[in-house]
Amino acid sequence: MKNRHDEVDQGRRAFLINGALVVGFAMVPGAGRAFADTEVDTLGTQVLAPDLPGSLRTNPFLDAWIRIDEKDGITVYTGKVELGTGVKTALLQVAAERLEVTPQSIRFLTADTALTPNEGYTAGSHTMFDSGTALFNAAAQVRQLLLESAARQWGQPVDTLSTRDGNVLGREGRSMTYVQAVAGVQLHRYASADSPKKSPEHFTLIGHSMPRLDIPGKVSGGASYVQDMRLPGMLHARVIRPPRRGSQLLEIDQAVIEQMNGVLKLVRDGSYLAVVAKDEWQAIKAMRKGYEVARWSDGNPLPDARNIHQLLTELPSRRYPITSKGTPDAPAPHGWKTKVTKQYLMHGSIGPSCSVAWFKDGVLTVWTHTQGVYPLRAGIAEMVGLPVQQVRCIHVEGSGCYGHNGADDAAADAALIAMAMPGQPVRLQWMREQENLWEPYSSAMRVELDVGMDGSGRLQHWNTELWTTPHNERIVNAGRLMPSWLLARPFTPSPSVPIAQPEGDGDRNVVPLYDVASSRINMTFVTQMPFRTSAMRSLGAHINVFSIESAMDQMAAQAGVDPVQFRLQNLSDPRARAVIEHTAKAFGWPQKAPGPGSGIGFAFARYKNIMGYCAIAVQVHVQRQTGEVMIDRVVTAVDVGQIVTPDGLRNQVEGGIVQSASWTLYEQVDYDPQGVRSYDWSGYPIIRFPALPRQVEVELIDQPGQPFLGAAEIVQGPMAAALGNALSQAVGRRLVDLPLARRGWQLRE
Amino acid sequence: MITLNVNGKDHQLDIDPDMPLLYALRNHLELNGAKYGCGLGQCGACTVMVGDKPVFSCLVPAAAASGKTVRTVEGLGSADKPGPLQAAFIDAQAAQCGYCIAGMIMRAQALIETVPHPSDEQIREHMAPNLCRCGTHMRIFSAIKAVVASGVKA
Repeated sequence: MKNRHDEVDQGRRAFLINGALVVGFAMVPGAGRAFADTEVDTLGTQVLAPDLPGSLRTNPFLDAWIRIDEKDGITVYTGKVELGTGVKTALLQVAAERLEVTPQSIRFLTADTALTPNEGYTAGSHTMFDSGTALFNAAAQVRQLLLESAARQWGQPVDTLSTRDGNVLGREGRSMTYVQAVAGVQLHRYASADSPKKSPEHFTLIGHSMPRLDIPGKVSGGASYVQDMRLPGMLHARVIRPPRRGSQLLEIDQAVIEQMNGVLKLVRDGSYLAVVAKDEWQAIKAMRKGYEVARWSDGNPLPDARNIHQLLTELPSRRYPITSKGTPDAPAPHGWKTKVTKQYLMHGSIGPSCSVAWFKDGVLTVWTHTQGVYPLRAGIAEMVGLPVQQVRCIHVEGSGCYGHNGADDAAADAALIAMAMPGQPVRLQWMREQENLWEPYSSAMRVELDVGMDGSGRLQHWNTELWTTPHNERIVNAGRLMPSWLLARPFTPSPSVPIAQPEGDGDRNVVPLYDVASSRINMTFVTQMPFRTSAMRSLGAHINVFSIESAMDQMAAQAGVDPVQFRLQNLSDPRARAVIEHTAKAFGWPQKAPGPGSGIGFAFARYKNIMGYCAIAVQVHVQRQTGEVMIDRVVTAVDVGQIVTPDGLRNQVEGGIVQSASWTLYEQVDYDPQGVRSYDWSGYPIIRFPALPRQVEVELIDQPGQPFLGAAEIVQGPMAAALGNALSQAVGRRLVDLPLARRGWQLRE
Repeated sequence: MITLNVNGKDHQLDIDPDMPLLYALRNHLELNGAKYGCGLGQCGACTVMVGDKPVFSCLVPAAAASGKTVRTVEGLGSADKPGPLQAAFIDAQAAQCGYCIAGMIMRAQALIETVPHPSDEQIREHMAPNLCRCGTHMRIFSAIKAVVASGVKA
């Protein structure tokens, strides 16, 4: 994310005021550079120490990550959050490994603007890379400082000391706890660029599966989610939304709602409406009455869904050149041109967004399942007109989000309602139809490919034109919070800016990793859009990998070469080749499809071309009578660098396979000029148990000692592409319009 | 006043007679297991058992469950002493965000109690009403199969 400079500045000020970090900020090495360096990373945080690893770049103080004291023992902080991927457990493993303590002895806290470092958003498969790397180094450095402290106290050489279970051990049977050793150690210091080394073969936690901390509570009715929070005297709220964006409230019979049993208030500010009641069911009934009696203006019309991919080429936009090299227009002996399309998708969290807020003694506290407590805090503070230090955002788990869903907006709703009910905590949850109609969607996209190949089966040129709406409408001002649009004094969203390469936005993974001498790739970034769109797992990589790997299959067929062989002969990255070869071997490639209506497909990508590697092979068959697609077998090999928790990695990859299959086969937001029709699960069908892949095999390639590359999004693109290749083979024609099989393949228009 | 028998205990509740069972369980008995997902019986996050049947607690009025036995995931065991299905879900690490999981377990419980040896197809069909968005289905399926294979009466 490229924030505007004033927003960056505000974030930094907030951070400094918040913690003790303001003290001594100018007295530490690197502080001068911190003020001169205004680089902002892709997650909206500011780089203060460019030479440090991971999120130490943005949060260089050791005590931002680890504190040790008498009262709480060892406390470890992360600015990232648990979104259901298991990162909380994996981060704890990393910290415990390097502190050389048991995970159980650590008090581990996730994002809270009053307590933890600002790591921006938990997004983009960055958590292990950013926070995992920071903890890997910070924990080892803290342990080293404790060793040195004990060595000083005992007058023993530091290299004769060791640590076990939170104790420093010395010669002559001497021992002291970490809490004793920390006396005389100043942890409020910049981390060093170099950390004590530990050979990966000595890891006892990293690389070993540890059961997730949260699962026992989640299978037994524990209060695991923000939806489960209960505060003393907590009230329940529901919002009443306009029929569509741009609708203005004309009138509402306030009395008829406020007379309802249990209703305390109708919150009304311009076109913003919410009901507050003592009991949740009473709030829901009042909300329903509100929908019945409110009258609205028409609002913005929606386009005709059938023309959306044409419309994308006609709306106001900015063009971003991505690649331009060689002679992309030189004629090639072989080639393929096509147009690939994708529809709007929903995050579709199973639990509609929820938040609890409490405005008490001048401070607004918001419990939220946001991906970024700090950006949210700044947005809410601006929206409600409070100084940022009087707003505290605390992350509490919600239902899996898969990107920018309704979490931030629901938090904004709770904040607005709590400000209207001072002194009383308020719980707000969206209804299913509110989630489906108001969450930011994943963009509809159009990709035009022109790929050329020479006579010897080598890629000659790769030209792509891409049309997309934004994938990163994150909270950089109050106007990015949807409820603020409805207020009497509405806020305007900051202008849309795409995430730059190599991470990319709609253009994520648009550049093939294959060896190609000539290429011209452009992104047309559509800035005025019929729908609000933002980040959804893998952003543009879903369609871009689908497009690239469809083309690779087409070119392999033209070259008369096996598709796996064709990929290998155009690819030099050794780790890329390794996942492809590993997958092919595990699958038993080459195999012939068992018969008519069956197909086998292969695909590969390295996420963002800089993160995790994934190759995948898929076998499908199509039920002739119903057009139903059955996934018979999926085999994948992944390389995400040093593996922290093998079972957690497997869980992410398995989940990605199933979710990507659902997106690719079935999903699209249905709408017409009157409105969105996908307001419930019947209007937005996703995969259910009977359509599950019959067999899934995940092969892990560990890279001991290599950087953590992140796992949560690596499979979305490759699974889509392998499915597309398999299904195209099964039905005997190239399928290029997603979703592939919503109504059964042969029933498609 | 409505009398509800939940997890073997009678409760007298002074609630609106049209209140769905889901809200009675969550807000008046403070049971977190059943979750609001859609309010339409399309996702199964709110699944509990009434008698020996899995039901969408978001659709059933609490009054309609009066005089019947209601079971929620809390009735199967606790984090410290999980019941067989709960233990199998922990063993298989069959959750990502986990929001759907209590509903999944209750629907699976109803199957295991009524069909001693369900086939793979029967399990998939039986679980079809419940949605998971994280894609944890393969592990949920394995956890259920593990309990079926163990022969333990869940």
